[in-house]
Amino acid sequence: MSTAAPRIRFRDAQIEMAHGAGGKASRRLVEGLFAPLLFGERREPLGDAAHVTLNGSKLAITTDSFVVKPLCFPGGSIGELAVNGTVNDLAVSGAQAESLVVTFVLEAGLPTEVLEAEVRAMAHAAKEAGVSIVGGDTKVVEHGKADRMYITTAGIGRPIPGLALSAQSVRPGDKVLLSGPIGDHGITILLARGELDLEAEICSDTRSVLPLIEAMAAAAAPGVRWMRDPTRGGLATSLNELARDCGLCVALIEERVPVRDAVRGACELLGLDPLHIANEGQFVAIVAPEFAEPALSAVRALPEGSECALIGEIREQPPGTVLGTRGYGGTRVIDMLVGDPLPRIC
Amino acid sequence: MKFVDEFREAGVIAKASAEIRRLAGPHRHYRFMEVCGGHTHAIYRFGLKDVLPPNIELIHGPGCPVCVLPMGRIDDGLSIAQDSGVTFAAFGDMMRVPGTRGSPLEHKARGMDVRIVYSPLDALKIAQKNPEKHVLFFAIGFETTAPSTALTLIRARSLGVRNFSVFCNHVTIIPAIRAILDSPGMRIDAFIGPGHVSTVIGCRPYEWVAKNERKPIVVAGFEPLDILQAIIMLLRQLNSGDARVENQYARVVPWEGNRAALKAMAEVFELRPFFEWRGMGFISQSALKIKSSYAEWDAEQRFHVPGVRVTDPKAAQCGEVLKGALKPLQCKLFGKECTPEHPIGALMVSSEGSCAAYYNYEHRKSDLTTAGVPV
Repeated sequence: MSTAAPRIRFRDAQIEMAHGAGGKASRRLVEGLFAPLLFGERREPLGDAAHVTLNGSKLAITTDSFVVKPLCFPGGSIGELAVNGTVNDLAVSGAQAESLVVTFVLEAGLPTEVLEAEVRAMAHAAKEAGVSIVGGDTKVVEHGKADRMYITTAGIGRPIPGLALSAQSVRPGDKVLLSGPIGDHGITILLARGELDLEAEICSDTRSVLPLIEAMAAAAAPGVRWMRDPTRGGLATSLNELARDCGLCVALIEERVPVRDAVRGACELLGLDPLHIANEGQFVAIVAPEFAEPALSAVRALPEGSECALIGEIREQPPGTVLGTRGYGGTRVIDMLVGDPLPRIC
Repeated sequence: MKFVDEFREAGVIAKASAEIRRLAGPHRHYRFMEVCGGHTHAIYRFGLKDVLPPNIELIHGPGCPVCVLPMGRIDDGLSIAQDSGVTFAAFGDMMRVPGTRGSPLEHKARGMDVRIVYSPLDALKIAQKNPEKHVLFFAIGFETTAPSTALTLIRARSLGVRNFSVFCNHVTIIPAIRAILDSPGMRIDAFIGPGHVSTVIGCRPYEWVAKNERKPIVVAGFEPLDILQAIIMLLRQLNSGDARVENQYARVVPWEGNRAALKAMAEVFELRPFFEWRGMGFISQSALKIKSSYAEWDAEQRFHVPGVRVTDPKAAQCGEVLKGALKPLQCKLFGKECTPEHPIGALMVSSEGSCAAYYNYEHRKSDLTTAGVPV
């Protein structure tokens, strides 16, 4: 008996930056090439971490690579991101990070002090997040073959008690909870590259969201249906993935989505949508209506969760769609990011 | 945020919407063309059709500079960069626009030195920082962006930067409006005039539209309330039988335009006898070329330009959509072969193109029954 050959649907002739931008092209690559060849039939909807059972114990496992440029930016650096990114991927998958391993890809010629600063930043972030870094690997490539340094982390985590998350459990009437203002990280990086001659008082939001999620779980775990950290591709992309996976509509009230003035201003100038901009220290959760207020209060009770907000709800129609509604009655469809967000001028 | 939030405030928008319903005669159908792609984008982004009565139809005009650029010009610009090994700099708007052998971003993925700039002055800076390289700025846009290209050329000459040139694709808005009005079967009652272009050219150049064609025109801003107020002003004119140019966007647009910007343009540019517009064909005196006094910085004079002409795929009805004769959804390729990810026509590439705006913000709303406020 022969098994059917996996169906490769990815037809793009070459890899472009858009395939790594977290939006539609990334999804096409993962679902069209990686999933059929690597995951076979046994795959659950693609989330931020995978769930495995070892000797009867449930574990979450995930990995993430960091190639940010510049290495240091207002509010953080690549080392801190590398720890928090993986801790957060586990947290929004309902798991508390236990252990991380780390791989460094270093460009020959990288000053030791730059590396040391990032290793120190990792140690600090790991301590803050309560996770151990237990091993790693180092590769060095020729000068010019990498952009200073890349870091990959992989982590395993234990389930946070009481959380059972899946897109399929989402129901019409559920509320959309967002932990805080969006767009800070992406706009900070865009400006820190110094290519745009724009300046703003703004910092990356990089942080572990685990304390916020633990607080929410303690108050409202049975009502929390689904979570995601809206990194590359922004909130719009995460919510479109949800809408597609659950076959329902995510209706946002645009005025309620918290965005700092500096981020709004930069987005207006550059023709970008804050909903498409990357975050590194936020999460979005779908919560059953009766648990929405307790979840909101629990997150808001923490100082780093004070800007948490309920920003919309799940509806039946139109299926598979994210809608933006406004107080005056205007609505629009909010699509996934296509390609990289590029500044628009004319 | 100042100058933004007050123009999106629900109460005021409800009042404007009610006023529009009061002014629009129930038995009449109004066809208003918004000339500028920025307006098209704003109309969809803010869901403004939801607050307009059904007898007010907004027709999307040709004012999206990326959309009207023929594919051959993109091929020409990229081929200069390829053949001569120069750095290709352009606005983000251009980066995903397909040429015959791919977009600037695809060329970048294959190794071409492609830079996204926010201003032509940034392209000049790249040239100054890298004297061993030649930097070509691929200039696009109406009178909105043309002055910044002109200033950059003036600066390049005064600083003596020789490793910099401009491939000029600047076009002018008035001939495009004329072409729309001249095209057969075109029924437009009035125009929402372009806001950004008018910050440069002012309001006077539109007077012939009002006078000779008897069409009201209101120059408008880009916030929801700006556009609704412009519609109110147009309805008032139509109801009283007027045809005038009015300036809704007076907080930004001076009636006489920006003299300094116009002077810089006059110093550097002259009109081309004719220029090809995508979907609209050749329009005489509709585009700018660099004067011979700046020939050293004119990529068309400095490099070999293949002069590629590419016809659009026959099935794509970009021209009809661009002139407002067809709605995006009525094109055979819309949402099928042609999507923002794999655009065939340029209207699907730029977020100001009516097809992309419609695809991104509108088309899946069709099965939407109520647009109430949740939570």
